[in-house]
Amino acid sequence: MARSILDKLESLDRRWIFLAIGLAVAFPIFIRFGLEPNVSPPVKAFYDTIEKLPPHSRVLCSFDFDPGAKAELLPMCVAVLRHIIEKGHKPVIFTLWSLAPSMVEEQCNAVCKREYGLKYGVDYVYLGFKEGREAVMVSMGRSMRDAFPNDFYGTPIAELPLMSDVENYSSFAVLVNISSGYPGTKEYVQYVEARFDIPLISGASAVSVPEYAAYYQSGQLEGLLTGMTGAAEYEKLIRRPDFGHIAMDGQTIGHLVIIAFILFGNLIYIINRRRKA
Amino acid sequence: MELFWTSIAGILTLSVLSFLYADNPFYKAAEHIFIGIAAGYVFCAQFHNVFIPNLWTPLTQHGELIMLIPFALGSALFTRFFKGIGWISRWPMSVIIGTYAGLAVIGFASGDLVLQVQASLIPVFVPATIDAFTTNMTFVNFLNIFTNLLFTVGLITVLFYFFFSLEHKGGLKHVALAGTTLLMIGFGAGYGYTVMTRIALLFDRFYFLFVEWLKIA
Repeated sequence: MARSILDKLESLDRRWIFLAIGLAVAFPIFIRFGLEPNVSPPVKAFYDTIEKLPPHSRVLCSFDFDPGAKAELLPMCVAVLRHIIEKGHKPVIFTLWSLAPSMVEEQCNAVCKREYGLKYGVDYVYLGFKEGREAVMVSMGRSMRDAFPNDFYGTPIAELPLMSDVENYSSFAVLVNISSGYPGTKEYVQYVEARFDIPLISGASAVSVPEYAAYYQSGQLEGLLTGMTGAAEYEKLIRRPDFGHIAMDGQTIGHLVIIAFILFGNLIYIINRRRKA
Repeated sequence: MELFWTSIAGILTLSVLSFLYADNPFYKAAEHIFIGIAAGYVFCAQFHNVFIPNLWTPLTQHGELIMLIPFALGSALFTRFFKGIGWISRWPMSVIIGTYAGLAVIGFASGDLVLQVQASLIPVFVPATIDAFTTNMTFVNFLNIFTNLLFTVGLITVLFYFFFSLEHKGGLKHVALAGTTLLMIGFGAGYGYTVMTRIALLFDRFYFLFVEWLKIA
């Protein structure tokens, strides 16, 4: 009897595992646990970089991701934008991903215009998308107007009060990059941080973070946010719990179920191997 | 109208998730719809975001004749479709590869190689961590004393694992084994981050289904 159960467990239909993980991730949507994330040093460093900027600084934000990474990175963008605006700084936003312009514009206006009532061109600017990847990054270091002659709506940036005296990276206090791949943080480290005098802080999909952690450790990145967890930690720091916090419950329970399955699977494997030996 | 499109998105999400049970016509339909729309969307997005503002407008409205060069190079890429003149497409390809190879070398040398090597040369023990431990005797502060030591040992052992001029036997076998072990831990952490991303995406889909579409939570 016990043998039969052990044999069945060893070849358990993987659909049961999918079901268990699905239920575990969905359960907190109905019953929230309100788990609070602990703020990690790279997230605190990101937050401190924005906190320490001189008043009314211009902050250059490069939001480089497509709808596939929206779930992970949009909550991060919202939290960071809220922090920038609440500190009285002025975001200048653009993207180097061709599938991002409309998605970023929608979120940019939702936070800057509708939530905080900022005035376009004076308090914030959206430059839209520019093709060229690394070439655009380097071009912005020489002349912002060469890289982005017009904003997203076709207005020459020289006519926008916030951009009228902008020359290049030196006109900005910090560069915020939130990205899910290429071009993104790695390229900004290689082509901008190393060559131009502008501090760089980054938020990235969790899957990219092992690569970027080395840049944080070496000081090339002054702060680093990791996926949905990074968004939740940032929301905690700015005291504005939002989607990141809601998702933390599902993510935590989901991870616990996966860990349980890994341990359980190995245990069954070891028992069966000994039994057969 | 918004409810209609949200419902379409919800039905398509369910169709894709149904693949977890078994391959079925709903999944196939959703897959084909996705591929068709994605191909069309990417083409339109590239046409309006890249071709029109970067080439067509400067060439036709601002009279920038220099743009004829990228226009000719870009057009030459399409010669691949014609057997007799397909070799012409190698010219623009060589320009693309040459440009990006040059950019990559500069970026890697200045951003990765030099600064990463520099950042790896750190003191094994930092007196400040010892002072922090003597002031506040916590377990975390105790472990902090060994952070740089662990980093340096890890760096040397992993580099040694990739050093093939000496046979990994005797005492050296253990050094290489330590490197392998640390690499496995690194891969495990990397995979953990991948799982984290996927769970976040799954949660987002469930949130969309139950909260934004069905409004039952």
